[in-house]
This record gives sequence, structure tokens and C-alpha cells, in this order.
Amino acid sequence: MDIYVIMKQTFDTEEKIIIEDGNVSEDGVQYVINPYDEYAVEEAIQTRDELGGSVYVIAVGPERTSEALRTALAMGADEAVLISDERIGSDENTISKVLASYLGSQKVDLILGGYFSVDNGAGQVAIRLAQLLDIPHVGSITKLDMSDSKAKADRDAEGDLEQVEVTLPAVFTAQQGLNEPRYPSLPGIMKAKRKPFKQLTLDDLDIEEAELSPKTARTALSLPPQKEAGQILKGETAEQVKELVEKLRDDAKVL
Amino acid sequence: MSKTILVVAEHRDGALRQVTYEAIQAAALSSAENDQLHVAVIGHQIEGLTESLSSIDAEKIYLIDHSDLQQYHPEAYAAALKQVIDASNPDGIILGHTAIGRDLAPMISAKLDAGQISDVTNIENVDDQVVFIRPIYAGKAFEKKVFQSSPWVVTVRPNNISAADSSGGKAEVENIEYAKPASLRTVIQNVVRKTSGKVDLSEAKIVVSGGRGVKSADGFKPLQELADVLGGAVGASRGACDADYCDYSLQIGQTGKVVTPEVYIACGISGAIQHVAGMSQSKIIVAINKDPEAPIFKIADYGIVGDLFEVVPLLTQEFKKVLG
Repeated sequence: MDIYVIMKQTFDTEEKIIIEDGNVSEDGVQYVINPYDEYAVEEAIQTRDELGGSVYVIAVGPERTSEALRTALAMGADEAVLISDERIGSDENTISKVLASYLGSQKVDLILGGYFSVDNGAGQVAIRLAQLLDIPHVGSITKLDMSDSKAKADRDAEGDLEQVEVTLPAVFTAQQGLNEPRYPSLPGIMKAKRKPFKQLTLDDLDIEEAELSPKTARTALSLPPQKEAGQILKGETAEQVKELVEKLRDDAKVL
Repeated sequence: MSKTILVVAEHRDGALRQVTYEAIQAAALSSAENDQLHVAVIGHQIEGLTESLSSIDAEKIYLIDHSDLQQYHPEAYAAALKQVIDASNPDGIILGHTAIGRDLAPMISAKLDAGQISDVTNIENVDDQVVFIRPIYAGKAFEKKVFQSSPWVVTVRPNNISAADSSGGKAEVENIEYAKPASLRTVIQNVVRKTSGKVDLSEAKIVVSGGRGVKSADGFKPLQELADVLGGAVGASRGACDADYCDYSLQIGQTGKVVTPEVYIACGISGAIQHVAGMSQSKIIVAINKDPEAPIFKIADYGIVGDLFEVVPLLTQEFKKVLG
């Protein structure tokens, strides 16, 4: 079974955001595999271990993304593909077309990705990709059972559970609770260095430059207004509780 | 040239969801004076909804009713919505950033080769250009985005754009016959409603949230009681979810859900950056924590330093008294 995981490298979620010259500063930032993509990598590895085949991890992004792909190889993925090209930009439409251009020319049985990325958070690329490849998808899954030509998945729909069966090939996006992603082992990290790592640019893909023009543009970036610390209530607990309820009702008028 | 904006309505248990009225308001914010509002309603046995829809100031309501559309099915809904789009010919399409909207919008965007701006929390009109504002890094920053092409697709985050008032009521209703796609590769085998009767976390006006300080699954009971009295929902921090005190579907933070209720009551939550990202835009934040140094107090409007197992039940009692 040929299993692809579409991945993104993101800031660690404990990072603060600093804006410099209209962009998010990357100075000294710790990068991780997008946490939702980690579930996808883990699920791909488990599926391969059960059914055989190979796990390919693929990302579109800057050079530094190779670290995230190496981590996935160290977790147990077999091969990595990085498509890195300054002409690509960050529009979801463009990225999904680049991925579709590459994956459309490969033999693909299963594609896994994260439900959304914790940086941009748009949650578009995986589903767009499924459409572009004309294959079904199930979004936000918490369970996946594979057989030869079909897969059954549990989809989390705002807390409700939908049990869905699809024919393969198909795209699935991983929600929290799908599995417990493993940490790369030391031998895994050593092995990862020798695993195939393909680096591509747009020139290696069959895609028209016109397809890449972004359909959205960012015009401004700002930080949310700084929230000021309010007041710590004083007195006996019962009095504090009473005061809090009064404040919510009378000052904040939210009751 | 006037534009047409199509809002994709969502309904549950025979009523339109709040987010649909917010999407209609978003359409108004993205419109000029002579623009047209169309609404798409997809489902089964949904005639009853036309009554609530008749209160909306739309030009046209498209109804597409079929037993295959009883519940959300990605391929069937995308096909049905595509039929509506072909009839409505909209310049812009607006959905809620909900379980359905998050799934359906990118499908439609790809089908139409359209740009999409997801999870929009505000809309501004600047020099005749419509600017969409959305959080990134779960609210640690905000970006303004514009479209470079048409048609376009937007999803709006529940609870952020004020709901459209419903005092219009002149919409023409058009029924569209569902044309079943030749092959459906997806089968919805079963839907387990775990949330029926409960307030949806992302739409809740009041969220009572627990962290590691809640100590166990049982420890969430007093929080649920407080939420029930307030008509709110229960949430949790990553710490509480990782410790298996509650389901991941309750997790609030940069991983998990982002919520913006009127009141957020954080119980036994220290206030890690990744959690704060998911709730800091709440209108009023109340923190209850034993540790006076907990970072959550730095962003709380009101803080009580104390044991949540003592404070929360007292709060429940006090609210009961006040709310009758």
C-alpha cells in the first residue's frame, strides 16, 4: 500500500508571535511538525506496519521544512519529498494544486493529513487536494480501519460521531485522539539520514505558472489588543463568589 | 454591476443555526447597496425551515430537499450545493466555519477554482474593497485578507459577527430537484449524536473550562453543573485532555478549539500560551486557581484564588439564586 502524508512545519504552540516589518518574525523560533500532521504520520506508519507498503511524507514549504520531514522519517516513514520554490506562495489554492500535480503522477492508495495547521488554521489544503485528485475524503477522523479497497473512519463532527466508509484511494484528515504519535528513537534518527529524500522545485512538476497565481492576498497583520489583568477578588470565598456574580451581572452585564 | 452573495444555511433539529444568521450578516457586510442575497438550504424534510427563513431579507431562497441529504454527506452535499450555485450564479459564497462548513467549503472552492478565506471573525469595507479579518496562530495574531479573483468562498467563525436581524421577509423560494451524482464513494453508516441537548462549545455564550486542577473525570461534574445552570458548555485544557479527564473534543487551545464566549470561566487552568490562544478573545475571563501566581490571572478580568472544588459549587448556588 502506498501511503502519503501531506505535512507542514509550524511554530511550536508555546511560541509567542512577534511582528516585524509586517511579517511574523521567525527569529529563534522552535519549529515542529504541525501537531495534527503528527497524528497523520503515526497513523500512516501503523497502517503500513499492519498491511505492508511504504509511507511517503511530502511537504510544500521553505528549506527549513526538511527538518520536519526528517523527523517523520525518524518516526518511521520511508521516503520524503520536499517541494520548495519561492514562486509557490502560501495561498491554499496554489499549494493544493502543487501537491495534486505531484501526487497525480504517483500511485497513491491512501493520503493522510492534519485536520488543520496550527499556524494558518484554514483547513483547506487536504480537502482541496482530494477534489483535485477526484477522490473522496473524510475530515477530522478519530479512528481508521483499513481493508484492501475500503476504509472505515470515525469522523468527529463538533462532538458528534459519524461512521463513514469510503472506497480507496481516499484522503483523511487527522483529528486529536486518532492515536498517540511516537517519539523518534535514536536508531530511527540514525536510519532517517540514509532514507530517500527527494527535493523538487516547480520545474520538476507538470504545472502551468498561471495555475499558481494566488487567489487571496494578505493586506495587514496585527497583534490582538493586549488584555490587561483585572482584579483578584478578596475576602472569604463565599463573599468573593457573591461579588463575582454581582460583577458579571451589573458591571459586565453578561447574565 | 450588482453582486450576488449566496449564504449556505445550516440547520439542526428543524431550526436554523445561529451561525446562519451570522453568515447572513457577513453577506450584508460584504455587500454594496444593490447586491443580492441568496440563501441555500440543503437537507431533507426542511419545508418547515422556510418559515424561519421568510423572516430574512433575502432575494431568493433555494431549497434542495432529498432523503440522501438527510444528514451531511460530503459528496452529496457538494453536488447539491453545486446545483444551487449553478442556479444562483453567486460572486461570493459564505458558510459557517462549522463541522459542515469546514468540510464543504474547500470542496466547493476546489470545484469552482475559487479562493477561500477561512474562519473569518470580522469584515470591513475599505475604499470599496471588502477586507476579511481572521485569526492566525489561533488568535495570537490577526491578518486582513482580500480576494484577487471571483467567485470567492468565505467561512465565518461562529459567535463573532453579530447575527442579522430578521425583519425583512420577501424572499422568493425556489425548489431545486436534487440530481444524485453518478457515483458516491462515501457511505455514512451511522451517526451517533453525542451532543444532542447540549450547548455546542464553539457557539456557547458561556464556557466553563477545566484544567489539570480538576484532577479526574469526576472532577468535571461540578463544572458541568455550573455550565448547566448558565446554559453554557464545558471545555478543557490540553492538560486535562492528555490526562484523560475528558474527551479531546472539549479541548480549547491552539490545538483543539478556539472559543470566544461572553464569559469564560477557567477552573484549575494555569494559562499556558497554547491554551490562552484558544480563549483570550473571550469577552470576560474569570479565573479560579489555587496558585496566585498562575499566568491565567494576568489575562483574567476577575480572579478568585482558591480551591475550585469549593468555589465552583458555591458559584453554581449563587447563580441559581440570582437567575431564579
